[in-house]
Amino acid sequence: MKKALKNIWNWVDDRGGLSELVKPLTTHLVPPESKWNYVWGSATLSCLIIQVVTGIALAFLYQPSADVAYQSLQYIENQAFLGSFIRGLHNWGASGMVLLMGMHMIRVYLFAAYKYPREMSWITGVVLMALTIVMAFTGQLLRWDDNGVWSSVVAAEQMGRIPLIGDSIAHFLMGGENINGETLNRFFSLHVFVIPALLFSFVAYHLFLVFRNGISEPPKVGRYLNPKTYRNWYENMLKEKGVPFFPNAIWRDAVFSALVLIVLVFIAWFVGAPELVGAPDLTNVKVDPKPDWYFTWIFAIFALMPRDIGSYVIMLGPVLTITVLLAVPFLSKGGERSPLKRPWAIGAVAFLIITICGLWYIGDVEPWHPKFDAEPLSEYTTVPEAKPSVQRGINVFNTAGCLYCHKINDQGGIRGPNLTNVQNRLTKEQIIIRIVNGAENMPAYGGSLSKEELEDVVDFLLKDKKGSNPNN
Amino acid sequence: MACNCENQNPPNNNKESLDRRSFMTRITLGVGAFFAAVLSFPLVAAMLDPIIRKKTEVWRSVGKLTDFKIGETKMVTFENASTYEWSGGIARSAAYVRRKEDDSFLALSVNCAHLGCPVRWVEKSEIFLCPCHGGVYHKDGSWAAGPPPRGMFDYEVRVHNNNVQIKTQNIPITNLTS
Repeated sequence: MKKALKNIWNWVDDRGGLSELVKPLTTHLVPPESKWNYVWGSATLSCLIIQVVTGIALAFLYQPSADVAYQSLQYIENQAFLGSFIRGLHNWGASGMVLLMGMHMIRVYLFAAYKYPREMSWITGVVLMALTIVMAFTGQLLRWDDNGVWSSVVAAEQMGRIPLIGDSIAHFLMGGENINGETLNRFFSLHVFVIPALLFSFVAYHLFLVFRNGISEPPKVGRYLNPKTYRNWYENMLKEKGVPFFPNAIWRDAVFSALVLIVLVFIAWFVGAPELVGAPDLTNVKVDPKPDWYFTWIFAIFALMPRDIGSYVIMLGPVLTITVLLAVPFLSKGGERSPLKRPWAIGAVAFLIITICGLWYIGDVEPWHPKFDAEPLSEYTTVPEAKPSVQRGINVFNTAGCLYCHKINDQGGIRGPNLTNVQNRLTKEQIIIRIVNGAENMPAYGGSLSKEELEDVVDFLLKDKKGSNPNN
Repeated sequence: MACNCENQNPPNNNKESLDRRSFMTRITLGVGAFFAAVLSFPLVAAMLDPIIRKKTEVWRSVGKLTDFKIGETKMVTFENASTYEWSGGIARSAAYVRRKEDDSFLALSVNCAHLGCPVRWVEKSEIFLCPCHGGVYHKDGSWAAGPPPRGMFDYEVRVHNNNVQIKTQNIPITNLTS
């Protein structure tokens, strides 16, 4: 029996060349010091594999049609066997892929592994980053809930800022001049066929380049990279002390990827995918569209940009980012690779991380966002034993939209200043002028409030101890 | 030595063989290009069809004249110009209609001029607020605050047989220079 199996294998391998196919992998030599810092790329690839598998599973359950996509997601979430888990894993797999891709990129940049002869690895990596971002965006849109529908509008509007052909590209994305029955299918086809095809091709080429040019050795202070001699030096180094990629290096990739999978399975099971918000409806304006976490920092940039340059930022931001990234291996070619001798590289990465984290925080708080769901101030707790005019003033504050942007104690929005103690900052006249004429980012209320309403709300605002709870 | 290969004499005329080879190269590339073109055409056609299709604009009634009070802003909904049987909940769009004077109306698109999110009408403050990036507009649709580079877009509106009608149009796309 054993002999028969062996014969079969020998036949298959002789005619099919399987050993030959795998042999280069097993004998490929890598620098012995490439250890735990070299697992980010393979972990990103593992996430892609998770995405492919869970994506296929979802495609078996999902209906990519504008009228029923939302219902089919409800079905996946609530009825299909393991549906909620699969959706959760696809969602968190995407998060993992974006995050690990970022780590991989930072590692490569800090170790200057993009320098000679691995420039093409970096360039294809930038393309893969762009494709991954497009996948992430088109993916969250396929939820086809409120958020998904308005995300497709936002995508089209962003394209609209491209000079001359902006409208055409926007209409191309939407499949017409409106969000319509074609829109979802276009994003579905992009997400499931077009972008993955490109992604796989570039991943294959990216991996081929790793084998062709070899894994970059960890940099050492004072060891300069000279393009004229590098390849020889690298080959000699490998001959002298290189270790086979399989299994000496790949076991770390395997262990780390398994850890990533365990973490993702855990989050998918216990946290799950983002809740589906309302069914798609372009006539429902009581929505609060917001992208998934990895985009909220860009969302914050769009809100914070001064309006004169906003459109240019929307258009040029992505173009400049990609251009600068593609230019990196051409701007810094040979020489020192150690991050310890490249303080600007460390500075650039630190600056980027701090900026993005700051924007993430702002994007999460959304200080520009009117708080439509702020709980109205109750007359009794806001100002105990208030006189009638103050009580009416509280009512005006609640109903005229003041509360959306201004906080009294801990209730209300944060777009405008907190007004709990405004009586200490402004005089009665100043408050009236501000309300009647408006101010920067505040509309003028002169035309919409009656004289009495104005007096009442000012009476309320001038009151000491607003919001103090009588029970305290 | 046993050999089961056919007799392969090396070509004795190098120049002729090169000509022949470059001819075959061209044939292959040409046929390849033809193959690609034949296959690309239906793909590109399928992708572009919904865009190059003739644009339709129709008047849609959004209410009786008497439904609108002078000075009042009201949200109306209407069916888009061209819908599909599978359009579902996105077959209809919304607009804000304000009766300025007796027979003068203003119809504003709900889409924010910044990135297209749906703005909300806050009646008491007479402003439109955008939930996405905080754009604010006055009741006439002009820019009041926040990132939008321009005011809200408007629809053509008319009164026809005592019905207020809106002319459907595309989702307004803000360009770089607007």
